[in-house]
Parts: sequence; structure tokens; C-alpha cells
Amino acid sequence: MMSAAALQLSYVGALLAVSVLAVVLARWRIGNAVIYGATLLLCSAAGLGVLRALIGDGAAVERLVLPIGLPWLGAHFRLDALSAFFLVVINLGGALASLYALGYGRHEHAPQRVLPFFPAFLAGMNMVLLADDAFSYLLSWEFMSLASWALVMAHHRQSGNAQAGYVYLVMASFGTLALLLAFGFLAGPAGDYGFDAIRAAPHSGAAATLVLVLMLLGAGSKAGLVPLHVWLPLAHPAAPSHVSALMSGVMTKVAIYGFIRVVFDLLGRPDWTASVVVLSLGGVTAVMGILYALMERDLKRLLAYSTIENVGIIFVGLGLALAFQANGQGLPAALAFTAALFHILNHSLFKSLLFFGAGAVLVATGERNMDRLGGLIHRMPATSIVFLIGAVAISALPPFNGFVSEWLTFQAVLQSPQLPQWGLKIMVPAIGGMLALAAALAAACFVKAYGASFLSRPRSPAAENAQEVDRFSIAAMAILALLCLLAGVFPGLVMDALAPVSAEILHIRLAGQTELPWLSIVPIDLRKGSYNGLLVLAFIAISATLGFLAILRLSPHAVRRAPAWGCGFAEPVPQAQYSPDSFAQPIRRVFGTLLFRARDHVTMPPPGSVAPAKFSAELHDLVWENLYGRIAAIIEAVSTRLNNMQLLSIRGYLSLVFATLVALLVVIAIWA
Amino acid sequence: MHSLAFDISHSLAGTLVLISFMMLYQDRLYSLFNVFALHAVVLAASVAWQAMIQNAPHLYVTAAIALVFKAIVIPVALHRIIRQLGIHRDIETVVGIGPTMLAGMGLVALSMVIMLRVTAEADALAREDLAFALSVVLLSLLVMVTRRNAVSQVVGFMSLENGLVLAATGAKGMPLVVEISVAFSILIAFIVIGIFLFRIRERFDSVDVGDLDRSRGERG
Amino acid sequence: MGVTLDDILVQGLQMLLVFTLAPLLTGFIRKVKARLMRKRGPSLLQPYRDLLRLLRKDVVLADNASWLFRATPYVTFAAIWVAAALVPTFATGLLFNWMADLIVIVALLGTARFFLALAGMDVGTAFGGLGSSREVMIAALAEPAMLLIVFCVALVAGSSQLSTIANFIASAQVGLRVSLGLAMIALIMVALAENARIPVDNPSTHLELTMVHEAMILEYSGRHLALIEFGAFLKLLLYVSLLACLFFPWGIAVSGAGLQSYVVGTAVYVVKLAAVGFLLALFETATAKMRVFRVPQFLGAALMLGLLGTLLLFVSKSL
Repeated sequence: MMSAAALQLSYVGALLAVSVLAVVLARWRIGNAVIYGATLLLCSAAGLGVLRALIGDGAAVERLVLPIGLPWLGAHFRLDALSAFFLVVINLGGALASLYALGYGRHEHAPQRVLPFFPAFLAGMNMVLLADDAFSYLLSWEFMSLASWALVMAHHRQSGNAQAGYVYLVMASFGTLALLLAFGFLAGPAGDYGFDAIRAAPHSGAAATLVLVLMLLGAGSKAGLVPLHVWLPLAHPAAPSHVSALMSGVMTKVAIYGFIRVVFDLLGRPDWTASVVVLSLGGVTAVMGILYALMERDLKRLLAYSTIENVGIIFVGLGLALAFQANGQGLPAALAFTAALFHILNHSLFKSLLFFGAGAVLVATGERNMDRLGGLIHRMPATSIVFLIGAVAISALPPFNGFVSEWLTFQAVLQSPQLPQWGLKIMVPAIGGMLALAAALAAACFVKAYGASFLSRPRSPAAENAQEVDRFSIAAMAILALLCLLAGVFPGLVMDALAPVSAEILHIRLAGQTELPWLSIVPIDLRKGSYNGLLVLAFIAISATLGFLAILRLSPHAVRRAPAWGCGFAEPVPQAQYSPDSFAQPIRRVFGTLLFRARDHVTMPPPGSVAPAKFSAELHDLVWENLYGRIAAIIEAVSTRLNNMQLLSIRGYLSLVFATLVALLVVIAIWA
Repeated sequence: MHSLAFDISHSLAGTLVLISFMMLYQDRLYSLFNVFALHAVVLAASVAWQAMIQNAPHLYVTAAIALVFKAIVIPVALHRIIRQLGIHRDIETVVGIGPTMLAGMGLVALSMVIMLRVTAEADALAREDLAFALSVVLLSLLVMVTRRNAVSQVVGFMSLENGLVLAATGAKGMPLVVEISVAFSILIAFIVIGIFLFRIRERFDSVDVGDLDRSRGERG
Repeated sequence: MGVTLDDILVQGLQMLLVFTLAPLLTGFIRKVKARLMRKRGPSLLQPYRDLLRLLRKDVVLADNASWLFRATPYVTFAAIWVAAALVPTFATGLLFNWMADLIVIVALLGTARFFLALAGMDVGTAFGGLGSSREVMIAALAEPAMLLIVFCVALVAGSSQLSTIANFIASAQVGLRVSLGLAMIALIMVALAENARIPVDNPSTHLELTMVHEAMILEYSGRHLALIEFGAFLKLLLYVSLLACLFFPWGIAVSGAGLQSYVVGTAVYVVKLAAVGFLLALFETATAKMRVFRVPQFLGAALMLGLLGTLLLFVSKSL
């Protein structure tokens, strides 16, 4: 019997083999079915295997050393509860993306640019989670980044994608650099890069702070923390939709895994000031992410921005866990940590679902611009139902899963009076307010997304003649929708499955939830707060049925169809309805004036003229313009200066070499 | 701990902070004066309540001063000045209401954190009075820096003084002399500023302090 | 948690009570408003008659209305009814009170609004989109304000469970608290916005570009409209009950206290409803509706009050 860790690694090996196979098969038509079928099987097997371990005896930790990599180090691998949970999330996402791609992949114009990299991307993510030393961790991380970069560049001829790939590459290199430095500081002067050794060594003071900052930069840039998010809304939508789903729903989670692994596990007990930084970054990311999403009219970019929001929510949960843990308050810390993990799972479910839906819309209409969609609910009934479920779930509305993790986070916020630091006491409810704002804006955002693309009148011929997508795609989306509902109605099961993770990382677990009557969840104490998704769903169903029955009795069943009143227009004109931009206008006016320097410009023709009036909205991405624009300008200025170095005289070069030599000698003189 | 005496003084001080926020929210001069008058009334009530629970009759005088001068005389006088000068009754703010409010929130949080940390040993009433008083002072400063209009800066300045009085009465036993001098110095400052206003008006035909900068050549 | 028949009966009674009282409350407010304007006003029972009339009428649907448009009235009605039945009215600690806390109730209202806003977009007329977009803008500010109020109250009582909060506040351990006062003012402001009352929206206006809620549901007719109207009545009742339960919980019965205290609790509850309804009518008569783009400032003030209440809470808690 192979150990579980070895089994997982063999799945990774198999994925890599599939990736090689794909290079050969990609040219043939059968390639699509074979490759995605294989990844579907491998991911399901990997995910189910770990899930069983997690639910069964999650505490077991397994190690494995392979004689590859650096000769004196070898490659260490380890499977514990934390990596098991993330392996479940990733392989679930991977399996469903493969299922979806069985249908979706057939529309791919250049399969040879997607097929080989897809299994490699999955393998890379799996390896990051299994790695147990800094070297294999960084190697797997780079492998994952490069494979996803190749997938982003799959449609490299489409406008904007080349730029997206470039920005992604720059940001990914920057992130890896930060991680490299973080591990350098963690390993200390002894230079032992195994995670066990790092965990055993004490970390404190400036080095620990520096590691935290570097992790926020490295993992945060991959996860999309504001202001490091700029690449995400460019790169995620550029990839094919099933890859977008993986990047948004799953790869951001790998980055969060890295953050948890280092900050919670390797670094030891943190200082409470660390939590202030994480909390405020999380809060700002949540609100800014969803505001960006509201301003967007490209469906896939809207989803990518909403990923940023959800990453913010997760970081708020992690920040709360850090705050409680730093003060030795185990139970609230476990609650906040569980909330964050729950949201990680939830987000991977509904974000994959929504990206699959956006992919289905793209296949059916060829459009991502919501200004040219509309009315799809009539043409794509199945997709419209599952997309609706995803939209409700991501808007944190009961009885779906998004609400449960949000509710748990709020419960953790309500524990804040226990914190001894005044700054935290006062800050945490304010961050809770920001979360509530983000949740309300998310609901607005998804009303806009769903209303503009699926409801209202078709705004283009493509939308008018859309066809429902294939059965594989629908099956993948339907499974995700079902999981969204189940996780929302039976949250106790999920929380109990997460208990080993918090037991391993925080050494404390929440009370078991499944034994409670009626499947309620009671995180701390029944008198403090409880929620029962099953009963909420049942009550809504019962009251809706009661209402329906009463109406059957009382009212006539006749339904007359008539044209809607269009304010005097004889023909209903699609242009007269609210567009996505006009829908967001009130919110743009309230929040955007300050945050995006949004201005509306109306040019009215002079009286008597028949020229049309013109309206335009002006938006600025202040992060991009002020931060990245400046950095780019500085780099350009410096490189222009350095250019002159190539045109020096021989004496000039000699003095340069001489100066360098002297400078180095001085350094040695000071240090040695 | 939660005696009625404590509850009432707590509520009055809290109301004072709330009214400071209302001052931040106003964009008309007349309503600003009304809110300022309300501020003074609540201050007077709070001081009077302190006088009663601390058994310090001299504080009644302070309360009366606050009531007569700040709640009645000064607002009426300001109304008059405005009418005589014919100043625009809209207040130009430097930043929008929303960000100002958020900044105010941050200031209140800051003063809570500082005061509650610094005064850990003090008696409960004094602690919270000081925390509220610092919030009032900071909010008044915020009123002063976010308004372009000189008259509203005057009002901000006077509400700042209200915050100081609140702090003084909360910390038991501040002699009357000091308070009278404080009140009178404020009155004098008010008169000086009133004259000053006339001068600005004469020279620049406006009470926008930005004009002063321009006359000094600071802003093109 | 042993479930007895009594518990189920009382819970059922609560659902029925909010169901029957909701239209009456609206009728009462309309009546008082009319009297304040020196008009005679419709009968107290007029809302019931309106509902019945709407139920008996045919439904006229727009040509391109989808299934979502037809399902929405049921979803919103059910969500609001469940939410309203979860707020303690005449007694606390009912059978299912642990099923949902205050946060869940707020979120259930969010679900209802989400679907209504979608339905407003469905037909694709200018009015529906206008109503929906303004409604979500108002909600985007009202919901965080509401959550901050919840935080404030929950931090005072140490629980987000409504029954626990009501019992705690009724127990007189609390005393006068600035935070609670601020939270109450904020809750009133949020309630005005959420129920589309003056000064945020005008419940009796039609075909004006200023309207919000009525524009969103303009395409509805017949039984669908009846359900939506009923939902609106229930929502108003919910907020009034919430005000009563959070800030004036005196007189509320405790579960299992026996028939007599239930009757007293119900009587007190009806008196509270009437009092709040009267004040609401008075306020609406005395104020004018504000411009739509003043609403964010109004709700921003509510948000700020909620936050301020939470901040000040730590001052009073620390002592």
C-alpha cells in the first residue's frame, strides 16, 4: 500500500505525463476528449482520495523525500490537513473544469496552445501544495505561474492579450522574488530550507515582520490584493474560460495557501500589529475589488474583479484569526480561520461556476461585452438557472453557501470586544462594516451582471440567436450549483471537515457541528448566534408554497401577454433600456467620484440642431495611474540614464571598474 | 457602576460628539449656527449636570455662561453679521461631505484609543469625558480645516472651546476664574475675528480665506 | 431541544400574527396621514380589500417576461414573510428563534431585494432599469448601515440573537446608552429607506421620474402585484417590530410563560405598532421627499451613526 503522499505525487506525475501526451495528441480531434477525460479522472481520484483522508483521520501527517532537485537537499513532500483541504479545493475545481472543457474545449481554435499546458498547470498547483521545502515550493510555484502564463497567452492574437501576458509575467516574477526573499529570511543563516527546520527555528522581531511583508507582496500579488491586483483582471479573462475559472477560483487559493503556510504555520505566533495590516489590506481589497467590478462591462473582467473582492474577504478572515491568535484567544481564532477556509471553498465553487457560465455565454454569442448581450434567459434556460444560483451565492444571500462564510466572518467580528488592544477593538467593527459594504455592492454588481446579460431585451443579433451550450458544460455547472446549495444548507458538514485543519494550524478546533439538532451551526454558543440553512430553505419553500396554494384558490389563472409600455415608443427598442453602464451610474456617482475620479460628460446640441446629444463617462484607475505609472516612468528614466554608460570612453570604463573595485573593498573593510 | 448619574453624563457627552458631527455635515451657514447653538445648549446641560453630581456650584456659573453667550448671544450676533455683510449662505467645503465624515470617524476612533489607553487609572467618568472632549476638539479642528468660509471657521473655533470646557468640567474641580477667563478670551477672539471679517470683506469683497492666500501670492 | 406541540403552535401563531397585522399597520398609517391632512382617508381595512382585488384580477405580462419575472413575487414574499416571522413580536425565545439571528434576517431581506431588482431588469423597459439601479444604490448603503447597527446592538448584548438581545435590554442592566440611541436613530433612517418611505422615496407616487421602488415593480399586475404589495406591508411591519423588539422590549412575553402573558405581550405589541405607526405618519406628513442624489448622504449619515455608536460603545463598555 502506497502512502497517501506518494499516491498524490503519483497523480502529479500522471498529470505531467498527460501533459507530454497532449503535445502529441493536440493536433488530432480526439485529443480534446482524451486529455480532458484523463485530467477529469486524475483530479477526481486525487480529490476524492484526500477528501477521505481529511474527513477520516485528518491529523495524520505524511512525509516523503525524493532524490531529485538539489543534490544535497532532495525534494521533500508532505501531506497534512492544511494541504489536504487545499488539494480537495484544487482537484475539485480541476475535475469540474475538465468536465466543462470536454464540451467547451471543442470550440478552441488552437488546441495545441491549451491542451499541453492545462494538465501541467494542474500538476504545478498540486505540487505547490505538497512541497515541504522552500526549494521545491518555489520551483513548483514558478512552474504553476509559467503554465498559467502559457494558458493566458493561448489567444495571443486577440487585442490586449499580449499586454495581459506581459503584465502577468512581470507581476509573477516580482511575486516570486518576494517569496524567494521571504524564504531566505525564514531559513536564516543556517540555511536549512526544509519546512520542518524552519518551523522549529524561532522567528521574531524584524525578520518576522519582514517575512510577513514579503509574503503579503508575494502571495498577495498572486492572490490579487489591492494594490498588487492589476495583472489579475487582465490575465484571468484572457485565458480560455475553463482556465479563467481555474485561475480565479483555484490558483488564487494556492497563493492564499502559501500565505497561511508561512504566516500561520512556519512563522509561529505572530504579533498583533501584523493583523492590523492584513485586516486593512483585506477590507480595502474587498471594497475596491467590487467597486472595480461594478464599473466593468466585460463579463469576464467583472468576474475577475469580483475575485479580488473575495480574496479581500478571505484575508479579512485570516487577519481576524491572526488578531485572535496573537492574543491567545483560541476559539475565536478558530472561528475566523474556519470562516476564511469556508470562504475559500465557497469562492472556488461559485467563481468556477460563474466563469463557466461566462464561457457558455461566450460560446453561444461570441460576446463578453454586456452591452451586446441580453435576453439569454429565453435562449439558454439551463445556463441561466445555474448562473443565477452562482450569482445569488456570490452575493452572500441565504440560503446559499456564500452567506454562510460571510455570516461566520461576521460572528468572528462580533468577538472583537475580547481583544485587549484598543486599536483592534475599534478597527474590527469598522472592517466588518467594510465587509458589509462589499457584500451589498456585490449584490448590486451581480444584479447588474445577470440583469444585463440574461434578462432584458437582446442588445445584439448574436444575443438574439444564442443557442444553449453542450451537455458537458451544463453538467459541470449544474454540479457546482448543487454544491453551492448543499454547502449553504448543510454548513455543519463543511465546518466539521475543516476542523482538522484548524486543529493542526491553530491547535484548537470548533465544537463539532454535525451532532447538533436540525443541523444548525453554532460557532461559539447558542445564545450568541446560530444559523440553520436547512430550516431557512425549508421555511422559504413552505411559505412560498402556502402563498402559491392560496393564490391557486383565490385568483383566476389567466395570464394575458401584452407589449410592455415603452413610454410612447411603438416598437420596443433595446437601446431604450438600461445598459450595464447606466445601471451602475448611481453607484458610480456615489463612490466613483472620489475613488475613480469618475465624471459624466454630456454634450447637448444647440437648440434647433438635430445632431444627437452625446454622453460619455470618464473613469480613472488611480492605482494604475499613480502607482504603476510612476514606477514605469522612474524605470524608464533610470534606464535612459544608464544607456549613456554604453557610450563612455576607455578612460571612463576604466574609472568605472576602478570605482567598483574600491567600493567593494570598502564594503569588505566595513563588514569583515 | 452604571448609576443613573453616570448614564446621564455619558449620554450628554455622547450627544455633544454627535452634534459635532452634525456641524461637520451642515452646508448652510444658518443651520450651522443653529447646530452650534444646540451644541452650546447640550454643553450647558452637561456642565450643569456635572455641577449637580459633583456638588460644585461654581460649575452652574459656567453652565450659565455657556447657555447665555454661546447658545444665545453669539449665534444671534452671527446671524446679524451675516445679514449685514450679505455673505453667501452656502458653505464651500474643501473636500466632500462623505470623506470629511470618514475622517471625523477616524478622529473619534483615534481619540478613543488614545484617551482610554493614557488614562487607564483615572476614574470612569473623567476618562470618558476626556475621550469625548478630545473627539469634540478634533472634530472642531476638522470643521475649521475643511471649510473655506471664515465665518464657519469661527464657529469651528468656538465649538473647539466647548470641547475644552467639557474636558475641564469632567476633570473635577477646575476653578471658576480659569473658566471665566477662558470664556472671555474666546469672546475677545470672537470680536477680533468679527472685526477681521469686516476687514477681509472690505478688501476682497468675500470671506473666502483662499483670497488671503492669493493676496500673499501663495496660490497663483 | 424537546419540541412540544405548544412550541409549534406559538411559532405558527407568530407567523399568522405578522401575516394578519401587516396590512392593518399600513392601513393605519395611511389613515393617520389622511387625518393629519384633514382628509377622511380610506378605511383601516382598505389594504386587505386592495390585496383581494388584486388577487381576483388577471395577470398581464409583458411579451418578453421570463420565468424569473413570474417566480420573483413568490420568492420575495416568502423571504420577507420568513424574516418577519423571525423577529420576536409578542414573545421571545420561540421555537425557531435560533434558526436565524439578526444578520440572517437582514440577509433574507437582501435576497428578496436581489430578486425584485432582477425582475425590474427583466422586461427591459426604462422604468424597471431605473428603479432597479436606484434600489441597489440605496441598498448598497442601507445594508452596511444596518449591519453596523446590528454590530452595535450585538456588542451591547453580547449576542446577535434577537431574543437574547431583547431579554438583555429589557432586563435593565443596560441603562441609558448613547450607542443604543445612535443605533436607534440609524435604524429609523435605514427603515425609512428600506421601506421606500418619505423622505427617501414616496410610496404613493406613480409615473414620476423620482420614484424608486414603484418604478421597479411597474410591470407587475394582478396576483403578482398583490404578493409584492403584501411583501412590502410585511417589511414595514418587520422594521417596526425590530424597533420595538430592540429598543423597547418591555412587555414582551418569554416563551413558555403561559397564555396570559402571551395575551399581554400581544396587546403591548399592538400598542407599540400603533405608536410607531402614528409617529411615522406624523413624520411623513411633516417632511418632503429629497432628491435621489441626496439619499446617499442621508444613508451615509445613518452609516456614520451606526459606526459612531459602535465606537462610543467601547467607551461605555470599558468602564
